[in-house]
Amino acid sequence: MLSRTADHLFWMSRYIERAESLARLLDVTWQMSLVPQSLEAANQNWNAVIVLNSLEESFAAKYSAVNAENVLRFMVSDTDNDASIHSCLRMARENAHAVRGTVTSEMWVTINSTWLEARSMGFEQIYNSGIGEFFEWVKMRSSLSRGTTLGTLLQDEAFHFIRLGTLLERADNTARILDVKYHVLRPHGDEGATDFYQWGALLRSVSAFEVYRKAYRDVITPERVAELLMLRMDMPRSLHFCLNGVVKNLNLIANRQSDETIRQAGLLHAQLHYARIEDILAAGLHEYLTDFMDRVYALGDGISRNFLVPMSEAA
Amino acid sequence: MNFYNEMIDANGGVRAHYRGYDDWLKTTPPERIARKRAEADLAFHRVGITFAVYGEESGKERLIPFDIIPRIIPSAEWEAMQAGLRQRVKALNLFLHDIYHDQEILKAGKIPSEQILNNAQYRPVMQGVDVPGGVYAHIAGVDIVRAGAGEFYVLEDNLRVPSGVSYMLEDRKMMMRLFPELFARNKVAPVQHYPDMLLEKLRAVAPTGVSNPTVVVLTPGAYNSAYFEHTFLAQQMGVELVEGRDLFVKDEVVYMRTTQGPQRVDVIYRRIDDDFMDPLVFRADSALGVPGILKAYQAGNVTLANAIGTGVADDKSIYPYVPDMIRFYLGEEPKLNNVPTFMCRKPDDLKYVLAHLSELVVKEVHGAGGYGMLVGPAASKDEIERFRQLLIAKPDGYIAQPTLALSNCPTFVEEGIAPRHLDLRPFVLSSGDCINMVPGGLTRVALTEGSLVVNSSQGGGTKDTWILED
Repeated sequence: MLSRTADHLFWMSRYIERAESLARLLDVTWQMSLVPQSLEAANQNWNAVIVLNSLEESFAAKYSAVNAENVLRFMVSDTDNDASIHSCLRMARENAHAVRGTVTSEMWVTINSTWLEARSMGFEQIYNSGIGEFFEWVKMRSSLSRGTTLGTLLQDEAFHFIRLGTLLERADNTARILDVKYHVLRPHGDEGATDFYQWGALLRSVSAFEVYRKAYRDVITPERVAELLMLRMDMPRSLHFCLNGVVKNLNLIANRQSDETIRQAGLLHAQLHYARIEDILAAGLHEYLTDFMDRVYALGDGISRNFLVPMSEAA
Repeated sequence: MNFYNEMIDANGGVRAHYRGYDDWLKTTPPERIARKRAEADLAFHRVGITFAVYGEESGKERLIPFDIIPRIIPSAEWEAMQAGLRQRVKALNLFLHDIYHDQEILKAGKIPSEQILNNAQYRPVMQGVDVPGGVYAHIAGVDIVRAGAGEFYVLEDNLRVPSGVSYMLEDRKMMMRLFPELFARNKVAPVQHYPDMLLEKLRAVAPTGVSNPTVVVLTPGAYNSAYFEHTFLAQQMGVELVEGRDLFVKDEVVYMRTTQGPQRVDVIYRRIDDDFMDPLVFRADSALGVPGILKAYQAGNVTLANAIGTGVADDKSIYPYVPDMIRFYLGEEPKLNNVPTFMCRKPDDLKYVLAHLSELVVKEVHGAGGYGMLVGPAASKDEIERFRQLLIAKPDGYIAQPTLALSNCPTFVEEGIAPRHLDLRPFVLSSGDCINMVPGGLTRVALTEGSLVVNSSQGGGTKDTWILED
């Protein structure tokens, strides 16, 4: 497969996943803001969304106040913000357009019509007709893209690069969402009463509420939430699950330059596989997640160098 | 002007080959047709069968309007046309081989040498280069129109990178999806095997000694007006769609950069003009091409389809000589008519053209896509004056032809169904002595009332083209 084609496929799936993750993050923040709380606390939660995406500067350049409406406008529809859902869907479409002959026509039609529809929605329309509905729509469109991929694409290299993009992006996003919400919910790490609604919203944002019930059959505790989102191998949005898939797909596309990237992915996977949540929390969750995100970034970089940017011309 | 109507004869009756369709049209409720037309629009948008329009907001994509009334040609007419096309394309390939080798036709005085050797489309780098099978124009898109008395004319031979075949295929797919009953009732010759035929031709012209050639389609990129078609053809043939930056040349061999390292490329169906193919030889500022590819080509290590330098045979200043080429190389009389052409570089012709501008069509010799032309009968006084100045300033840059009474065909327009002018572009595929085409081609229709310009860049639409089997 052409390196450029692989690059477009990788980023196509990353942007689709990123749009979905962002919809999930905004959705949970929105839902948490509906629980009675001070305005200051609410705005702090919105600010966390901006900080999480390292967008403080570009946000401040356009908006004077951090509040629900401004943050939503910036993260949902702002065409100047490369990280907005709007921009992610556009980039997913642009990448798909560049390889529309490699993906199946069902995939292309799904991604193209998602973009055509997104383009036609103004923020006022989205906001006034219920923002939750819009987040549902983004998640459904992402599911549809994933579904057509699984249901129609030959499971060759193209498929492996698409899966790699999806899983790396998801690993990063789950880590981010957990990092920011865990600390908003337990700022001092004390063992006081946990807020059922807030933790419930967090679990729902990664479609893990029912999963939690099934897996633990017990009250919601922060430790178990962290364990579920990080270490459960069978939970599709957990870090462990994502790294499992990353290692598997990397091995399927291995080339002469990729040994080191595969080793790093394997190491990261093993560390999740044999980890205990007590140890992670004792050493500091934030530190652990920050390190994890750095290493996921390094993996993306390695994949890019090994496969996606043109290789040395010496045959 | 007296126009030939493809569907209705001079007495107002429906022509025999349109009767099946006409019955259907009369008995199908208008609401159903309206619904289906809306469905077609939506589907074309979703699938993204669009083309980018130069000069408009960058990256803007437009649909090419699709009309549901097919252009129907009886098979006897098609057989005759096909024979004419074979003859013409065969002669054009022989001409190109001759021009880049011994130039017998120039020595025989059939064409003035300076017309060829001073032509910007003549590529000296191709002199003496042998190409596989002696084929230069592997893919030719020959534009054919029908005039007042029902006779056909070749309007131009597109031998560089003719486009539009994807619309031919998508139009058929759409018609079959919207109105399957029509195909049950009418014996329409299939066209969907075009990509297979094309792949077979491309494989047949691989460099000597390559038994299982790697074929690729080379595109200028996603912002090219015909990008949809490039992706479509690559996908349908199951080959890679590459851009210039995906390829590199080492030791006169072309490779593509893949996730598993460099992979050798044998045949390139290129959709990039000569000028942009190799910055080391042609335009140095081209970022679309591949440095060193011409050397690899000259060494016979890669085949380009079409060959470099085919423009010298489809240039509008060379067009008037095609009938002579047929006589010279094949010893046959041309089966398809050429439009009588005034060459403005000749003083007598120029004089006549200047005196009759309001009756003639004037075309730039190197123009394409319906840009830079004057349709005298439809032009304003100012436009005519503008062209008069252009002609006086640069006579050898223009040719003129009588305004043909292009045939028309009933077409859905805002006010209902009305006749609109159309042409036909069959796609003729060559490898060695073997010349093939799928029945029909792309029918383009001018949607503006009275307009004779069918190019999609000028607001033209398309119709499905049916060759009716007996």
